[in-house]
Amino acid sequence: MKKLDKNAKTAFLNYGLVAVFFVAVEIMMATGVMTNSFKGQLIPIISYVIMALALNLVVGISGELSLGHAGFMSVGAFTGVIVASSLQDSIGASPLRLLIAILAGALTAAIAGIVIGIPVLRLGGDYLAIVTLAFGEIIKNVMNCMYVGVDSKGLHMSLMDANSLGMEPTGRMILNGPMGATGIKKISGFIAGIILLLIVLVIIQNLVGSRTGRAIKAIRDNRIAAEASGLNVTKYRLIAFVTSAAIAGSAGVLYALNYSTVAPKKFDFNTSILVLVFVVLGGIGNMTGAMIAAAVLTVLPEMLRQFQDYRMLVYAIVLIVVMIATNNEKVKALFAKKEKGEAKANG
Amino acid sequence: MADKKTPVLETKHLGIDFGGLTAVDEFNIEVEHGEIKGLIGPNGAGKTTIFNLLTKVYKPSRGMILLDGTDTQGMTPEKVNRAGIARTFQNIRLFDKLTVEENVKIGLHNHINYSSIEGVLRLPRYWSEEKKAHEKALELLDIFEMSDMAGDVAGSLPYGAQRRLEIVRALATEPKLLLLDEPAAGMNPSETEELMNNIRKIRDEFGIAIMLIEHDMKLVMGICENIVVVNFGKIIAKGTPAEIQSNDDVIEAYLGKRKG
Ligand SMILES: Nc1ncnc2c1ncn2[C@@H]1O[C@H](COP(=O)(O)OP(=O)(O)OP(=O)(O)O)[C@@H](O)[C@H]1O
Ligand SMILES: [Mg+2]
Repeated sequence: MKKLDKNAKTAFLNYGLVAVFFVAVEIMMATGVMTNSFKGQLIPIISYVIMALALNLVVGISGELSLGHAGFMSVGAFTGVIVASSLQDSIGASPLRLLIAILAGALTAAIAGIVIGIPVLRLGGDYLAIVTLAFGEIIKNVMNCMYVGVDSKGLHMSLMDANSLGMEPTGRMILNGPMGATGIKKISGFIAGIILLLIVLVIIQNLVGSRTGRAIKAIRDNRIAAEASGLNVTKYRLIAFVTSAAIAGSAGVLYALNYSTVAPKKFDFNTSILVLVFVVLGGIGNMTGAMIAAAVLTVLPEMLRQFQDYRMLVYAIVLIVVMIATNNEKVKALFAKKEKGEAKANG
Repeated sequence: MADKKTPVLETKHLGIDFGGLTAVDEFNIEVEHGEIKGLIGPNGAGKTTIFNLLTKVYKPSRGMILLDGTDTQGMTPEKVNRAGIARTFQNIRLFDKLTVEENVKIGLHNHINYSSIEGVLRLPRYWSEEKKAHEKALELLDIFEMSDMAGDVAGSLPYGAQRRLEIVRALATEPKLLLLDEPAAGMNPSETEELMNNIRKIRDEFGIAIMLIEHDMKLVMGICENIVVVNFGKIIAKGTPAEIQSNDDVIEAYLGKRKG
């Protein structure tokens, strides 16, 4: 039972972290110290934290490399926008619309995950990185020429241009090719984001702590031994990958419904790599680390805006320091010692 | 299930080629239920390759493998394990980052009955099945007096303990036939002695058949009821330890070399 306690401890640490973040933001809002720029960053922070958790499931827990997770975010985002926009008149309550949009975004991203995962994960080697890389680019290009509009007759879709949609004059454009989604009603909110983040944390942590998660980690550690122990390797790799894709899709919906416009190029290769950086800096497989890295590295560029000239320099230094702190055994040991010492001094 | 007279394992004309090299050829053996069989031979004789054929890590080039009378052709390693063959590896293959207990629970995996959804929602079956698995894992670890190491990370264990853990994990899958590839490698004489007793205890308590590859002749001669000797991929002798020890071919190919 000792081991179970340790897992439970990190799980509660992560829930606690989210709670502290929530309370801190609420206090800042109540006391008026919240700057507008930070306020605008809240949903992106939560979205990227969820992305980092999703990718960590693949990279850290399952031990595969995905270089196209922004693609799943994109699939989720634009599905969410289409669903939310088309329900605009029929469902008045925006939280319900957001919920349906998130579920729809997660579902389509999961389907994309299955379509990629089934052929690729049956293969033995590290093909996932290459295929996800291609997937991310393909999704970006498809979304770049996707035109969707809605009128009284329902949804219209085209891969040519806006005119070929043949909409009624009263119709409304939802997706506009390279310009992406325009005129989005912002229905994502901070509290909705926190709730989604908590649900994602529960799903991932409970999955990892279950029989399924144990199998996924075993396959990561030694595939041949896992097969020899009677594990269906493809099945468990697929569960990890598709769950991750669905969660990335939900993050995409939350993100997109926080802006009035979102372009497909937002979810490009750079975004995939950025999320990978969160996971690596957080210490691969370390959920707490991934969450902190995602949050810090999302706000940092904005916070450093006032030091225009030194911004990138400071950003680079922080990156290096975080990297050393999270991945260096000696530094880790030092921090551990210091914490113990402080605890003793306090107690 | 087949009757008791059917051997738990039977191979017919089993063989495999790697390019031009015939690593195993005309390998015909029968392993009875509850038997401890030794598989010996000089380095590079093809012993590990035979285990890899039996567990489908390699696809046989020819021949047949019958498990309890059922042809295992076309089975994956996973299916073969579910059908009743478990193994350890000459070059230890543990789940290094998992704990000792988790390694055993992977062995128990197919006997733990709750779905991924039940796990995520932490429904009652998750708790009861995990509790059962925890108790079962400790019970199995106790065979080697390893239950106090349950929470340790497997990769950090000393070599001998890693070998023992591999046996426990294999045993946890509830096999009919357990294949041990050099279980005593790297162990000192007292550890080997203890291992010998434990292998016998496992056979007696679980009633399973055990086939083991081993270079330690004291261990092989001490616990195996029957021995198969291979050299250059072919069987050169079969028999009881006494018969093998006095077999001229074996002495020449194998034991003779040892005597110098
Ligand atoms: N995958 C492979 N590809 C090519 N040759 C192989 C392969 N696996 C084994 N062999 C060859 O088959 C022969 C038998 O090897 P094997 O590992 O079965 O020997 P062994 O009897 O287990 O030896 P040891 O006692 O040293 O473990 C060797 O010549 C080896 O080089
Ligand atoms: Mg060998």
